[in-house]
Order: sequence, then structure tokens, then C-alpha cells
Amino acid sequence: MTGLWSWLTTVDHKRIGVMYFLTSFFFFFVGGLEALLIRIQLMRPENAFISAETYSQMFTMHGTTMVFLVAMPMAVAFFNYVVPLQIGARDVAFPRLNALSFWVFLFGGLFINSSFLFGAAPNTSWVGYANLTSLQFTPGRNVEFWLIGLSILGISSILGGVNFITTIINLRAPGMKLLRMPLFSWMALVTSFLLVTAIPVVAVALILLAFDRFFGANFYEVTAGGDPILWQHLFWLFGHPEVYILILPSFGIISDVIPTFSRKPLFGYPVVVYAGILIGFIGWGVWSHHMFTVGLGPIADSFFVASTMIIAIPTAIKIFNWLATMWGGALRFPPPMLFAVGVVAVFTVGGLSGIMHASAPIDLQQHDSYFVVAHFHYVLVGGALMGLFSGIYFWFPKVTGKLMSESLGKWHFWTTMIGFNLTFFPMHFAGLFGMPRRTWTYQAELNLETWNQLSTVGAFIFGISSLFLVWNLFRSWKKGEAAPANPWDAATLEWSIPSPPPHYNFPVLPKVRSREPLWDEVERAEVEAVTLSEPEHEPEMPSPSFWPLVVALGVVLSWALVMTGVWWAPLLGLALTAFGIFSWAFQPAFR
Amino acid sequence: MFAPVAEASGKRRIARSAAGPRIALRGVMSLRRLTQARLNQARGMKNANLLRWMRQVGLLLTMAMVSACGEEYLQSTIDPVTDYGEVSQSLYLQVFWWTMIVLAVVWAVMAYILVRFREKPGQERPKPVHGHMGLEIAWTIAPAIIVVAITIPTIKGVFKVQRPPEGDALVVEVTGKRYWWSFHIPELGVTTANELHLPVGRPVSLRLESGDVIHSFWVPRLGGKRDVNPVVTVREGGEEKRNWMHFTLREEGVFWGQCAEFCGEAHSLMGIRVVGESEEDFQAWVSDWQTTAPTANAPEDASEATTENPLVARGREVFFRESYCVLCHSIQGTVAPGTIGPNLTRVGGRSTIAAGMLENTPENLELWIRDPRSVKPGVQMPGAQYDVTYEGVTFPPTNLDDEQIRALAAYLSSMR
Repeated sequence: MTGLWSWLTTVDHKRIGVMYFLTSFFFFFVGGLEALLIRIQLMRPENAFISAETYSQMFTMHGTTMVFLVAMPMAVAFFNYVVPLQIGARDVAFPRLNALSFWVFLFGGLFINSSFLFGAAPNTSWVGYANLTSLQFTPGRNVEFWLIGLSILGISSILGGVNFITTIINLRAPGMKLLRMPLFSWMALVTSFLLVTAIPVVAVALILLAFDRFFGANFYEVTAGGDPILWQHLFWLFGHPEVYILILPSFGIISDVIPTFSRKPLFGYPVVVYAGILIGFIGWGVWSHHMFTVGLGPIADSFFVASTMIIAIPTAIKIFNWLATMWGGALRFPPPMLFAVGVVAVFTVGGLSGIMHASAPIDLQQHDSYFVVAHFHYVLVGGALMGLFSGIYFWFPKVTGKLMSESLGKWHFWTTMIGFNLTFFPMHFAGLFGMPRRTWTYQAELNLETWNQLSTVGAFIFGISSLFLVWNLFRSWKKGEAAPANPWDAATLEWSIPSPPPHYNFPVLPKVRSREPLWDEVERAEVEAVTLSEPEHEPEMPSPSFWPLVVALGVVLSWALVMTGVWWAPLLGLALTAFGIFSWAFQPAFR
Repeated sequence: MFAPVAEASGKRRIARSAAGPRIALRGVMSLRRLTQARLNQARGMKNANLLRWMRQVGLLLTMAMVSACGEEYLQSTIDPVTDYGEVSQSLYLQVFWWTMIVLAVVWAVMAYILVRFREKPGQERPKPVHGHMGLEIAWTIAPAIIVVAITIPTIKGVFKVQRPPEGDALVVEVTGKRYWWSFHIPELGVTTANELHLPVGRPVSLRLESGDVIHSFWVPRLGGKRDVNPVVTVREGGEEKRNWMHFTLREEGVFWGQCAEFCGEAHSLMGIRVVGESEEDFQAWVSDWQTTAPTANAPEDASEATTENPLVARGREVFFRESYCVLCHSIQGTVAPGTIGPNLTRVGGRSTIAAGMLENTPENLELWIRDPRSVKPGVQMPGAQYDVTYEGVTFPPTNLDDEQIRALAAYLSSMR
């Protein structure tokens, strides 16, 4: 079944995964373009390449895009494609809900970017601190595009989280105990719990802001007794778990990639799993380390210093276990492994600079300076994004049935490493020497020009490096060599089925007896006897449905029409949503 | 796309020093001496050679580029001149070394692994190793020890930087507004803008308050930043909350700073200058402020009036009668009462205008009065040709012509 209609109505987790990936990959270049404009503006002191207002929009949209439209959905793309295959399921638990998540995400991303057409792109930074976001100080539509866009995207994330928790808990193949599950699926589970718990917190913060702006409420209005610090607490109570939402999928990916190319099982599997869970939990107790300069008092600051220091321990444990996995292995270095090793090397830098500003008095200097910008780019680009790149190279043969070019992949890796480090390492120095972040320009006397020029050159190298990936993806998809079922000699279930997988994934669900079913000759034979067999009749799969798309449209309209200021306009969206849900409910799941 | 700044930048020269090269030079020279003295004091008397060595190497490493290029970083976060800044500094050096050690170990082990365990041709799959309890415990405890070693001095530092004020401290009320700073010293009755003079050796307490959105007061060499929050209205009997910064300056010099919390369009153009000076110089500055500038008001007797610079006299006329400057600005000892904008008392004596953005010259003053937006987009002062709306009130274009602006600049410059 092909054609546009089949994609619009698909409920197949694999197709939805591909759509998630392509959308987030597109936004990656949008966010990257914004970053390059920022870097050109900062190349020289007292530059006026773009105006201060444009600059504000660029860094706000760069942050918002990279977090909500790139890193999160690209991880979800992998959840979608890989998790059901890894745990031995035919689809996710709620295939139509899955489609709804995607369409809401797509429309939300388009909505927030449509603000550029109105010249009103969000301009109060990705953290949108109150009370700058109040009508009095930001009277335009900018903040409204941002808060409505994020609210829409939040719906998508919560639905996705619910779906993957249910899938991973309930749909594992026989014998796939939780402690036999591949690490990527484990981290998908932890991340999904974080999604369904953390996103509602920011939803609350956003809805309070919406009430302030649309209905004259006073949650953050100082003159009426509201408190802007409330926003910071709510935002970071979401924001810190969010950091782990971004990084844990990448940790999961490299925890599968490193054993594969070391040809050894993951060292300390249960410890790595528990460390991931622990990070998820402690991640809830560290939010005020983003607020050491706010003036919460020494008791609160000390608590958050201690909790933040504690979270360094499970993170360190993970790094040591990855190193121990490679120790004594037979290491191969195709592109997925290069990026995985790159993550370990580079993320360590970001983790350690994080320890520096976990020490609150040091943070008083480093907070909101370029030092922090360097830190979180080491974590989110060096840690999260490069982990996702590793995943792209790793699973591409499974998705397309084609092998990617290794030499192009190596070019991509090395230019990324050079560009990335050249962009972000000098930022440590710019910050130490007093460059605040979110700064449109800086005075020549501050002597920050050299550091900024290095970063700008690096950013362009980094930008160009991504073109290797685009070209490699396109070329390999068109005329790559055919990939066998298990091109990497990997251990987990997704490699036991043909590449690309049939739409029902597994003709018969395999029985699993260990963590590395494909590395044990006997078990492998057993598993492949069913996974590679031709079924007598194809398993019955959920039928395509158009209604998730309609409901998504309704959801987005009911939010977007709030901006018209006409009180009944959002009701149109709600009506469409209700109509869509009704039709959805009465459409049979199987034909 | 925004161009005016580029056009204007030809005229922009930013002063490095408020009190001329004298203080700046003294500041640099005493820097080295005092750094050494501080190190001596900090490291205790014996068994501290290693610590001393590590500190010095740390300083050298992190400031490698400083010495290499002879660059002076006016906003360096690792070159403090107060006791407050010293707390962050000593912690920074400690943590710096811990992190360097960990990084070196991780990278060294990793480099070894990547070379040593590369697959050899025809190599069999290695024996599977699933884990090792002893190792897991070891590398749980090792980072735990390190973070405890960092946490203990950190928490001490947290209490140190937020200690209660000293009783005899000089209190300065700092108000951040989009996009400038007001400084008020209640015990001396002094109010000034963007450029604060402080005495060396006397404890100072900054009381921070925002007039609009959240800002952050950051003069890196004085120590870390502290957010400048709007004061939240409290119920009767409740206590209003404001942030404080307490420190004692140890060196003279001109210290640069700027707002560190994104506060809107011109956030990056919201500079601060702190002039650290001797007690006598500080007293002189205060008494200058307290005595009305000679040219602020029209001379009382006619003989003086004839000797006065006619341009200054003309500017005074423009300031008080032909414009509405006085609605927002005040000048001590005159009838100008405004409190919305920066206090202009002795404005001619400041090193910069527009919150650190322009050197204080008559030409730059003219530019600023005529077209402030070209210097600072988002500024809340009307220009000659455009209005501005501030808190719901629209201030019309000033409609001043070139002659009026030139006179006005001369008048303001004359009050040194």
C-alpha cells in the first residue's frame, strides 16, 4: 500500500516513526539556520547584521525548535520505529493514538513556526521568564504563538508517553522480562514516564500564563500580588526532567550500540538500568539549580546543590560501564560506533562543567553566561544529538533495507567533531570572561571577539557537516547496497526480522530466553525459525484511519483560534475534535 | 534588518575608565600585587606548596589567553576584587581541578581502550563478561567521594555569599529598569545612574529591586550575579522580599558589568560601571554630588551671566523651558523633578552615557538626544522625531532642532 493517502491514514508505528524522523530532521535545519544567523551576528563586536528584535526571535526559536521540534521528536521517532521491534511486538499499544501524537506534533511545529509569517516569532527566550512575558512588557502576539505552540506540542508528548508506557509494559514478546529488555527500550520507558509526569507541569505554567494574557488573570502580575518566580519554579520543575527526556534516549541508543560493536554484552546491565531509573527520579529534585541567582536563600540553595551533586553519581556510573563494556572487546568503528564513542568522550566534558555550576557560588558567576551555553550544548548536542546520529546510522539499514555509506559517515563524524568542538569549546572562555547569554551584541572593549569568531567558524563547519548526513541518507536510500537482516551482527530482536521489516513485524511472536537472543547459537536458531518464516496467512493488523488527522486538526484549531480573541472561535476547533473522536470511536479497528 | 547602530558606531567610543587613565593604571598594577597577597593569605602557612602550585597553574591555564595575548578582560569572572568574588573564585579553582582529574582519567582510559581493544583480523567474539560487583561498587563510591568533597566547601560558600549584612555597611539601593540602572545611596542622599562610585575597604550592601521585569546585576569582578526581581506586593503585615549583595572592594579600578537576565530587546545594552576608589576620592565624589553643579542653574547676578558660555545658558533654557526633559529627569539643586528616567546630576562627570554604551562626549550626547533608538533599540526615551510609550503614557517626539540639541548637550556636559 503506497501513495499519499496511505501515509495520511497510516497507523503503522514504522511509518509514523519515519514521519517523525523526517519532520524533526527538517526542523533540525530550521533551528540550525537560526543558529547560523546568531553566530554571524556575534562574529564581530557591536555588529548589526540582524536587529536586536530579530536576534531575540532567533535565539528563542533556536532553543524552542531544537528542544521541542528536534531532539524530543527525533527520540520519539526512534521510540516508534525501534521499541516495538526490540520488544517483539507487532505495533504500539494504541496505533491510532500514535498517529494522533504525530499529527498534533506536526501541526504544533508548523503553528509555532507560522509566527514568522506574521513577523511575530516568539522573542522572550525558550524559558519565557515571567513577567517579561506579560502583556505589559511584550504586547505583541509573539508570546502567544509560543505558549499556544508549546501547549499543542505538550499534548503530543503526553499521548506519546502514555502509548509507550503501555506498549513496553504490556506488549513484550513471551520471555522478554523487563530485565531482558534492550537498554534503548528501557530508556524509552523511563523517558515516557518523565513525559507524562513533567509535561503537565509546564502545561500548568503555560495555562496560567494564557489566563494572564487572555483573560486578565494575575498569576505572574507583580502589581496585583502575583509572583514571577512562580513561573521559574514551574518551568524548571518541568525543565530539569526535560533535560533527561532529551538525554536518556541517547544514553539508551549508545547502550545498545557500544555492546554491538564491542561484540560483548553491556557491562553491568542491571546497574546501567537502575542508574537510568535513578536519574529519572532524582531529576525531579534538582530544578532550583537553574535558580541559584534568584535569591531563594542559603537553605534551599544548599539542598539543590546536594541533590544536583548526587545526580552526578549515576551519570558517572553509566560512563564507567560503557568504558567497561568496550574493555576487552573486539572493537569495530563503523559510523554508529564512532558517534557512540564520541558521545562518551564529549558528554563527559558537559557533565563535568555541569558539576562546576552545581556549586552554587560558582554558578553565581557562570549562570546565564556563555559558559552555561557551552555546558548545555556539550550535553544536548554532544550527548543527545550525537547519540541520535549514532541511532540513525545504526538503524538505517533496518528501516530502509539499504546500507549507508561508511566513508560518508566517517566524513560526517569527523567534521561534526571538529565543528562541534570549535563552536562550543571557545564559549567556555567567552563565558568565563564575562559574556552573558542571550546577548545581541557585545562591546569591543570586552575582548570577546576572538572567542566568538572561533565559534562562528565552528558553527559553519558544523552546519556543513550535516550536509554529509543528508547526502548519505538520500544516496543510500536511493542506491545503497541491500542490507541483510542483521548487518551489524547485533544481539537484539529487531535484527532477527528482515530489513525492512514486513508491516506486521513478526509473523509469529518469538520466545526470548536471554538479553542477547541473537548471540546464542541455539536461541538464535529458535528465534529466527519464527521471525524469518513466511506466515501462512498474514497476521491481522489494525486498519488505517483518517480520523487521527482530523482530531489533530481539531485540537490545533481549538488552541490556535484562541488567538482570534473571538470567544466562540475555539469552539469550532472543539466541535471538529468531538466529531473526529466520535467517528474514530465508531470506525472498526480491524477490517 | 537593523542598520542605525552600524552607522552610529563610527561615533561610538566607549571609555574604559571613569576617572581617566590614572585609576585604570593603578588598578592594573595593584592587581598583580594583591593577587599574590591573597594567595599568600588563602593558602595558610605550611604544607601548602602543592595547593599553591595547583592554584597558580589553574589560574594560568584558565587565563592562558590573557597572558598570551596580553588581553585585558574587563568582565573576567576569574579575577575578583572583592571578598564576595573570592568565594566563587576559590571554589572554582577547587572544582576545576577535580573535573580536570576526572576528565583526564576518563579520556586516558578511553584512549587506551580504543587503541588496545581494536578488533584484530580473524578475532573471535570475546568472552562475554556481564559485570563485576566489586567494580560497580568502586565506581559508585569514587564519584560519591568526589562530590562530597565538592559539596562541603560549596555549602559553606553558599552561606558565606548570602550572609547577613554588616552593620556599618554602605547601603546602595540598585534599581534595574529597561534598560538602565539607578543607584541610590540613602545615607548620603545621592542618586545616580549606570555608574556607581564605591569606596575601597568599606563593606557595601547592594539592595536590589526591579522597576519592571527581572534583571540580574552582574559586575563579574565584584563577584557573582544576583537577580534583580520586582518586589512582589504582599498582604498587610507581610514582609517584602528583596535580594542583597554584600561585599568589600579590595582594589581601585573601573569594573564593567551588565544585565545578565534577558529583559527585552536592549538587554545586551544595559551596562554598568562601578568605580572603585579611595575613601577620599569617594568622599569627593559624594560632596560633588551634594553641591549643586555651578552651571546647573542660571547665575544669580548679571555679571556672571555675561561671562558664562552662551551655549550652556542656551542649553539650560532648552532643558527647562523648551522641552519636557524635566518630566522624567531630575538634577539635584534645580527644579527638575522627574524620577522616571536617569538622574542627571553631574552627568557631565560620568564616563559613559546610555548605560555604558557611549563615551560621554558632547557629540555622543547630541546623538543620544536626537536619536536614542539608533544606539539602543527599545529605549524608553523619545527621540527628536519619534514618540515612545512608557507604562501606557505616550511621550511625543521632542521636536528639538539641531541648534537646541547642541545647546542641550553642552549644558549637560558642563555639569561635571
